[in-house]
Amino acid sequence: MNLSFRQGPYTLVKLLLLVLLSLGLLVADHRFRAMEPVRAALGTIVAPIQYVVTLPGQLFGLTSETFKSHTTLLEENQALREKQLRQEARLQRLWTLEQENARLRSLLDASRQVEEQVRVAEIVGVDLDPFRQKVVINRGEPDATFVGQPVIDARGVIGQVVHVGPFASEVMLISDPSHSVPVRVARNGLRSVAFGNGKTDQLDLRFIPNSADIRAGDIIVTSGLGGRFPPDYPVAVVTRFEPRPGRPFAAVSASPLAELNHVQEVLLVWRDRESPAAPETAAPAEPPG
Amino acid sequence: MIAILLTLLAALALEIVPLPGAVEFARPEWMALVLIYWAMALPHRVGVVIAWLAGLLTDAATGSLLGLHALSLMLVVGIILLLHRRLRVLPLAQQAMLLVIFLSLDRLLSFWIRGAAGQPPELGVYLLPVATSIVVWPLIFLGLRHVRRRFDIR
Repeated sequence: MNLSFRQGPYTLVKLLLLVLLSLGLLVADHRFRAMEPVRAALGTIVAPIQYVVTLPGQLFGLTSETFKSHTTLLEENQALREKQLRQEARLQRLWTLEQENARLRSLLDASRQVEEQVRVAEIVGVDLDPFRQKVVINRGEPDATFVGQPVIDARGVIGQVVHVGPFASEVMLISDPSHSVPVRVARNGLRSVAFGNGKTDQLDLRFIPNSADIRAGDIIVTSGLGGRFPPDYPVAVVTRFEPRPGRPFAAVSASPLAELNHVQEVLLVWRDRESPAAPETAAPAEPPG
Repeated sequence: MIAILLTLLAALALEIVPLPGAVEFARPEWMALVLIYWAMALPHRVGVVIAWLAGLLTDAATGSLLGLHALSLMLVVGIILLLHRRLRVLPLAQQAMLLVIFLSLDRLLSFWIRGAAGQPPELGVYLLPVATSIVVWPLIFLGLRHVRRRFDIR
């Protein structure tokens, strides 16, 4: 029993070494983003735990789906059918517009836009650091996910992949304080950058002059500048435009179109040259007839 | 030793179990509590190195800066190692009161690191887990003592 009063002779030395090591890690991770391999290795250890943690939620979803009543399912089916019909009709028009757009672009001798390819990913039910705006998705290295990959949902831009693990990846939301997206106003092409500020329902649009033509209700879309996000995906809708006389730029805030708070499924976007082997394609199907 | 590692893994799982909405901000510091118990009860088994590794895994699991939890948990365990003989004999309520100090230290340290990294959270909200941790401490203490006696870990 005298064991219990023994303490390692080098505790203090170990402590000091570990403090230095931690500080080194912190700096390397924050300043130089050099810890990707370490994170990936640790991610492999953590992955089974994350899987176990999500099991109860998945089971609950499964049982509630199994025991859904027949009529509910029929109603849901009906609603989805109608929605699909409506969307197909719109898609036909879109196809014509796209052709027209390509023709006009070729007349102008402008380069044709690349088509993007997408793949569905699910948000894993794991809580991350509540003071960062991040989520985990169930796609990793085998799915050709890469750091910096844009992530969208049905309504707009969600964020981008920041860490890729063997089974799962972390996505930083556009509302994270360290995230920003180059955007433009869809109505008139006015350029800005949308900064996250830590709240899921608000983005700050910076570098907009006081005299700019922008008002509440304007839709802002990605501008494609910076080369990370493909152009023309909707990002947010302007909620407030407040000129600040005496300051170079106005105070503009916007609210994200994507449901950052309770999104379940997201889409990973690949440009043509970096596309994975056999993804579901985002290009519209050939029009019927 | 395996039983200790299993309790640490359970704490890690509790750290990332999804909680609804704002409750997330009041999540007790499971990993810190479990490490503190083991460091207090079996200081020759769980020391600063294990605390550091556990903190590193917590960082990886929660997606925070690598080293954030590692540094703060390791220092708290270091303090516990110094004081374990005194802490061990105190009644539960007094232990919990002392834990307020240790856990606040742990939180303030990581608060400071986050601030240095440019993302300072709101301090009041950030200290909320200290309160919830104190509330669950008796459960952790009695539960882990049961585990220790049941599996005869020395």
